[in-house]
Amino acid sequence: MTASAVLPSHHGAPSTSIGNGVSDRLRKKASRHVKERIIEALLFSAAAFSVFVTVAIVYVLVKESWVFFQTVPLSDFLFDTQWTPLFDDAHYGIMVLLSGTLTSSGVALLVAIPLGTIIAIYLSEFAGFKLREIAKPFLELLGGVPTIVYGYFALTFLTPILQKIYPDLPGFNLLSAGLVMGIMIIPYVASLSEDAMRAVPMALREGSYAMGATRLQTALWVVTPAATSGIASAYILGISRAVGETMILAVAAGMQPNLTFNPTEPGATITSYIVQVALGDLPHGSIGYQTIFAAGLTLLLMTLAFNLLGYWLRKRFREVY
Amino acid sequence: MNAADPSTIRAVRAIIARAKRWDMFFAMLGILSLMVGVLTFSVLFLDMAIQGVPRLDLEFFTSFPSRRAANAGILSAWVGTVLVMLVTALAAVPLGVAAGVYLEEYAPKNWITDIIEINISNLAGIPSIVYGLLALGLFVYYFGFGQSILSAGLTLALLILPVIIVATREAIRAIPQSIHEGSYACGATTWQTVRDHILPYSSAGILTGVIIGMARAIGETAPIITIGALTFIAFLPTAPFSGEPPAGLFDWIFAPFTVMPIQMFNWTSRPEAAFTVNAAAAGFVLVFMTLAMNGLAIYVRYRLRKNIKW
Repeated sequence: MTASAVLPSHHGAPSTSIGNGVSDRLRKKASRHVKERIIEALLFSAAAFSVFVTVAIVYVLVKESWVFFQTVPLSDFLFDTQWTPLFDDAHYGIMVLLSGTLTSSGVALLVAIPLGTIIAIYLSEFAGFKLREIAKPFLELLGGVPTIVYGYFALTFLTPILQKIYPDLPGFNLLSAGLVMGIMIIPYVASLSEDAMRAVPMALREGSYAMGATRLQTALWVVTPAATSGIASAYILGISRAVGETMILAVAAGMQPNLTFNPTEPGATITSYIVQVALGDLPHGSIGYQTIFAAGLTLLLMTLAFNLLGYWLRKRFREVY
Repeated sequence: MNAADPSTIRAVRAIIARAKRWDMFFAMLGILSLMVGVLTFSVLFLDMAIQGVPRLDLEFFTSFPSRRAANAGILSAWVGTVLVMLVTALAAVPLGVAAGVYLEEYAPKNWITDIIEINISNLAGIPSIVYGLLALGLFVYYFGFGQSILSAGLTLALLILPVIIVATREAIRAIPQSIHEGSYACGATTWQTVRDHILPYSSAGILTGVIIGMARAIGETAPIITIGALTFIAFLPTAPFSGEPPAGLFDWIFAPFTVMPIQMFNWTSRPEAAFTVNAAAAGFVLVFMTLAMNGLAIYVRYRLRKNIKW
């Protein structure tokens, strides 16, 4: 809510009707407040800077990818089944990296979405005030742990345990990385879904309770449907976190490109490939250097698509009370 | 069939009992799911503490990384982290707070404002590694900052900018409209209102957002690896006015560097067990730092909620 919304807008009101005592913002042309105008311009440029960041991201990625696609036809990039850009026999099939990204994200979401949703429903509809006040900050802490630490945990703790259950599991695998990634994403899904459920008006719950429904029935058949748009955007955020996650995969999944949807195999993702190349010593301007921008552009387009989907879902399923 | 018919009552009671059983079952499921998170975190923290804490001594903090795991330390890493965070805070805080103030207090309702707002929520969803690619193309090569503390600090600043903007806006929104109106009624200009009322009352909320943003930046690894930070740095950036010829006041911002998470990544990716212990120790320090910062943020927010009653 801005101050200007309460005061008469300078667009509508004729200037003569504005008293001198009101904010000078209503008198855009008044030159006596040059300082105010300068400050406003400075603050505006700070806000506009964020648009510049987006433009710069798109510009840098497209510019370097453009050079890349001069050498490598788009059809090879999309349909080749090998990814060996640093070998003599170079292949540039992004499908290979995509399969790693999709497999690990799939495992992560199988963990994060059910657990996150259950935690959200529990905290919003079942838990007492005290438990919620403790659990919410704790979830935030869980989300604040650096991902490199999760990667270390996946590699040195979870993988050995999984190997005891499933002895053929290699030391680097997408399963362990994906599971830990799922735990990492739980707080995002749970916290946002819970916010959405808490925003559902009390009257809806009271109506449901008055009809004799239990808490679970109210939660599942009244609150959750009413909060669908918020829950959907929580899921979307979880998906984009999973797709963009880097360090857990770079540490625990190995970095061998591998066209597979089997989580018990090692594999490279778009993100871990970028890390692998950045760790090496590729000269600026070489084709290997450009591949990471093409990979990054693919990643950006994917997250952009998810963001748009989330925006659409919010619009489509929004319930206004 | 009569409503008081015993068989009907029994049937209704059975339905109620079943519904209540499901209720109980779900409550248990909820606690269990919460426990999965709690347990994972405890195991992660304890495992790292058991492995890493015996390695934590003064020497660990005052030694450079080394080929011999037992002699290696995190001196260059933590100094690098502190310096990078300094650049990040100096760049992100003024920019983020200014943008937040503009959007809450100045922005007219028009398409430009809409674009800025959609853009900020979009930026928050872009993976951190993409910021690394931006920085590689822009800061490292186009501006020629090289693989320096400056490049890394600015990269992380861009990354946490949305966090700070959103926190600033929320803090400002919590101030009642009557405060604005009172100030304007006394003849204050917009900037006077912002400077004397809005910023002081929202400072605790903004501080919370800044701390959370910095805690996130401290643990970010991917964008810094992407700009090509070195993993083995056995020297410190030159202090101002030291060395021969004397370094300038800001020469350190162009120095090569390493940071805590990169040092940890480097040690994690080595096969020798001794380096894994080092990684655990570095990880413990890292988690401790982020926990301390997040804890501080939660505390500031708690105090804020207790002290301010409009």
